[in-house]
Amino acid sequence: MDHLPALVNEARAAIAAAEDAQSLDQVRVRFLGKKGEITALLKGLGRLSAEERPAAGERINEAKQALQKELDHRKQVIDELALQAQLEAERIDVTLPGRGEANGGLHPVTRTLERIESLFQHIGFEVAVGPEIEDDFHNFEALNIPAHHPARGMADTFYFDATRLLRTHTSPVQVRTMQSQEPPIRIVCPGRVYRSDSDLTHTPMFHQVEGLLVDEGVSFADLKGTIADFLHAFFERDDLEVRFRPSYFPFTEPSAEVDIQCVMCRGEGCRVCSQSGWLEVMGCGMVHPAVFRHSGVDPERYTGFAFGMGVERLAMLRYGVNDLRLFFDNDLRFLSQFN
Amino acid sequence: MKFSEAWLREWVSPALETQALADAITMAGLEVDAVEPVAAVFHGVVVATVTAKSSHPDADKLNVCQVDDGSGAPVQVVCGAPNVDVGQRVPFARVGAVLPDDFKIKRAKLRGVESCGMICSASELGLEEGRSEGIYVLPSDAPTGQDFRAWLGLDDHTIEVDLTPNRGDCLSLRGIAREVGSVTGAKVSEPTVSTVVARNNAQFPVSVRDGEGCPRYLGRVIRDVDVTAKTPLWMRERLRRSGIRSIDPAVDVTNYVMLELGQPMHAFDLDSLEGGIEVRRAVAGERLTLLDGQEVALDDATLVIADRNGPLAIAGVMGGESTGVTPRTRHLFLEAAFFSPLAVAGKARDFGLHTDASHRFERGVDPDITRTAMERATELMCAIVGGAPGPITEVRNPATLPHRGSVELRRDRLTSCLGVRLADEEIQRIFRSLGMTSSVSGQTWHVQVPGWRFDVSIEEDLIEELARIHGYNRLPATQPEARLELAADDEATQPLRRLRRHMVSRGYQEAVTYSFVSPELQSLIVPGGVSPVLANPISSDMSVMRHSLLPGLIKALTHNLNRQQQRVRLFETGLVFQGPLEDLTQTPMFGGLICGPRSAEGWSVSREGVDFFDLKGDLESLMTMSGCLEEWRFVSASHPALHPGRSARLERNGVPVGWLGALHPHIRSQLDIKPDVYVFEVEQAALTRGVIPKFKPLSRHPEVRRDLAFLVEESVGVTPLVEAIRAQAGEWLTRWQLFDVYQGAGVEEGTKSIALGLTWQHPSRTLNDEEINQLIADVVQAAQARFGARLRS
Ligand SMILES: [Zn+2]
Repeated sequence: MDHLPALVNEARAAIAAAEDAQSLDQVRVRFLGKKGEITALLKGLGRLSAEERPAAGERINEAKQALQKELDHRKQVIDELALQAQLEAERIDVTLPGRGEANGGLHPVTRTLERIESLFQHIGFEVAVGPEIEDDFHNFEALNIPAHHPARGMADTFYFDATRLLRTHTSPVQVRTMQSQEPPIRIVCPGRVYRSDSDLTHTPMFHQVEGLLVDEGVSFADLKGTIADFLHAFFERDDLEVRFRPSYFPFTEPSAEVDIQCVMCRGEGCRVCSQSGWLEVMGCGMVHPAVFRHSGVDPERYTGFAFGMGVERLAMLRYGVNDLRLFFDNDLRFLSQFN
Repeated sequence: MKFSEAWLREWVSPALETQALADAITMAGLEVDAVEPVAAVFHGVVVATVTAKSSHPDADKLNVCQVDDGSGAPVQVVCGAPNVDVGQRVPFARVGAVLPDDFKIKRAKLRGVESCGMICSASELGLEEGRSEGIYVLPSDAPTGQDFRAWLGLDDHTIEVDLTPNRGDCLSLRGIAREVGSVTGAKVSEPTVSTVVARNNAQFPVSVRDGEGCPRYLGRVIRDVDVTAKTPLWMRERLRRSGIRSIDPAVDVTNYVMLELGQPMHAFDLDSLEGGIEVRRAVAGERLTLLDGQEVALDDATLVIADRNGPLAIAGVMGGESTGVTPRTRHLFLEAAFFSPLAVAGKARDFGLHTDASHRFERGVDPDITRTAMERATELMCAIVGGAPGPITEVRNPATLPHRGSVELRRDRLTSCLGVRLADEEIQRIFRSLGMTSSVSGQTWHVQVPGWRFDVSIEEDLIEELARIHGYNRLPATQPEARLELAADDEATQPLRRLRRHMVSRGYQEAVTYSFVSPELQSLIVPGGVSPVLANPISSDMSVMRHSLLPGLIKALTHNLNRQQQRVRLFETGLVFQGPLEDLTQTPMFGGLICGPRSAEGWSVSREGVDFFDLKGDLESLMTMSGCLEEWRFVSASHPALHPGRSARLERNGVPVGWLGALHPHIRSQLDIKPDVYVFEVEQAALTRGVIPKFKPLSRHPEVRRDLAFLVEESVGVTPLVEAIRAQAGEWLTRWQLFDVYQGAGVEEGTKSIALGLTWQHPSRTLNDEEINQLIADVVQAAQARFGARLRS
């Protein structure tokens, strides 16, 4: 009986020394198991006198419960350590790149086209498209450019035969829309256009967005306001200076070229703006009454404005691209810069 | 149109610096393209006289000259120019002078002889392109000792204006000056042109047969001229500064008058003309050798100047070789005419020509300036080549001369068009400054348009003139008003934008390729495909319209493969052009290709190459966007550009709408493409047309799944088998999965095992085993009956 304290001490030391669940269980079996050393003491109570038995039994049970508590506690500690070890073993390098397909990207021309379309869609314009192989009527005649008009020399046209050609602008879509739809008309016409010109600053194909607004009481002031708003929004610069310069297009009158303060040098003068501080970005004007008549719109009742812009030019200015031809090489090193 | 600033300032000189003047011209709508100094930067050059010349003792080609540069003492200079001579006035660069390109003149010894300065050539002073022949010999009245730059007025600029085709009236100093006066308010003074008194009665008969083409023709004979006389330096300089080369006095004077007044003229050698001048249409078969040596065949659409022997000139375009002025010419016949724009339009281009005259006549020459121009030319001509002018011969057809009526302008129309009310005084001032006379009645102006304005005939033309001269940038800017109308929106149709973005998120890069391609490449990929051919292509490899997006995409692929890119995924959207012009379709297509490893190189991916099913998966996911994948079929079929065993025709509801497959190895080898390439092309309309989702109630009863493995011959397609099975599986079949396709050990040679999971669910009750067993028995029987399929045990 007197060796109970020593046995308890021995058990405590064994519990503390147990490093894992298995050795801890061995400690439990050795001391508290059915044949354990503490259990054996309980079994030896019978050899004591009746007077001694209750007190001795109580001491042994207390010791047993205390040891069980320590075993439980040690078990928790061991489980926690084991979990920590497992988690540590599962550590990964979170700086490694993720798996799966990386995104591709839209062509910068599409990106720019969509941006232009969206800006106008927000103020109620719809997108209209038309054929690229056009006839002489829609590309020229209806736009007040009769045969032999000197303005035909303004655009070097690709022809298929005497009357069929690749459209030189997206303006034919205006005509087609006015022929098929009653005012009010608010459209933008994005698309490919073609001119037989190929050098450092011209490609035989490029993209245009043409816009048209026809309604009662539309004025040149409305045109100026719309264009200025658009350019401020497109370049995200409210202080961008915009100027309107008289010009000539057979299908609009009055006609204007629109210049913006050079976005590269902020008007100081640089190579991009040929030191002028200004960049020509689009043409516009009030729809010519002859165009209205060709399209079946009454020019006394309705007025309207039209504008047209080169998409590659705007993309070059917006993204700083310095070579027009890059747009059509489809070099992945170029394209992926717009992803 | 190029002209000298100093010349312009003789007409009108607003108080503006050069750049501000150019800006004012630009803002009037005459876009200034360039402002260039008329001479390069130099100083220290004076007019000097060569007083003595002797040969250099040690150099054959050098002369030792003494010059008087006005400083008092003669200056010795060694000169290598062969044309240097005693008595000449020359530009002389003194020691200390700085010539263009910072070339400093220093005291030097040339083969032992001291040289103190340099006698300059025109090119050394930047007055002539290229290398001049010899020194620049000045007129004998050039004042010795005077600063050369100041004497010649070289602190001047050439202003180049890029005129729009409506402004033919500005192709002269007179026209530009009028515009400058109008926008700046500065006074314009025209040079006075006096009537030349005839000194004899010499005339050459003129008859005009085509009054439509030639409403006005003036001719004048000048007898006994010396065309070997030299055009004065002041005129040559003005021509040079206007971009025109001096040729001989006859050409120079006609060019000068054209620049000054806008009237193109022509000088004939009178002795080469016979009979009389006839202005008529050419007769088919007539030929003419032009001044540039080109022989052209004429037809009855061409207006010509002819004499008894035939055509002498294409009216308003170019004169002929045989009647041009030569050094031996004794008498001149001067022509100043008004040819109607329609008679000249397009003619020069038909002959591959573009001349200063045709450029002006096409756009419209002032029909009222003809006589003034003739007088001006006569005066200038006689001052140079001498001679005695005869009276002017004029043929005039008032009925065909341009008639400028009065144009009405309504006040309210003007105000509503511009969005602002212009003051009456401003309107009148502008009209006056443009040479228009106006009267008012009520709220309407009646404006008389001057002859030179071919571009003003309707109300809008006047509105534009007022807006332009008032200044576009002084007009208000407003936002248009509109009713807030909701636009229709077709929910079932997928916007192309979404499809594009979908491809982007699957790793594709969008390409934009030319719509015209090389016919060789096209016929390789679409043999026999007919598409329109350009009559005037930029180059032969861009001469035929694309029948398919594939040639362009493949070209873009090779561009990238040739630049060490291994993995390429491209797509493009756009029109293809199919059929002959008479029966043409322009169809929006969606195409793409993949090539190289399935995954981008990485730390956890294999480097396996792409295959058919990679692209098919991308395409199916695109098809799924419309919500109708069920309507699509991939039908094994062959296409000349595709691997016959790895290609499928795409059908939607049984209608062929595209292709998918491996690029034919034969084509790859021709194009030198090493890796496998998978391509697709499909009509956009088939991809975008979709359905609006329709809800089906969810069942609360359990599903039953049964897995079946069939053995079929390897030629049996999975899709037809599945379709047959689904057709038999009853209306409660809710899902099916193809979870294994196997060939190899354990499966008989020539057959394959297809494993399917079928899932049934009833909307309102639990299915029992007997029902399921019956359905399976039906399915198995159908598969056996149609495809000889056996259940694998
Ligand atoms: Zn700049």
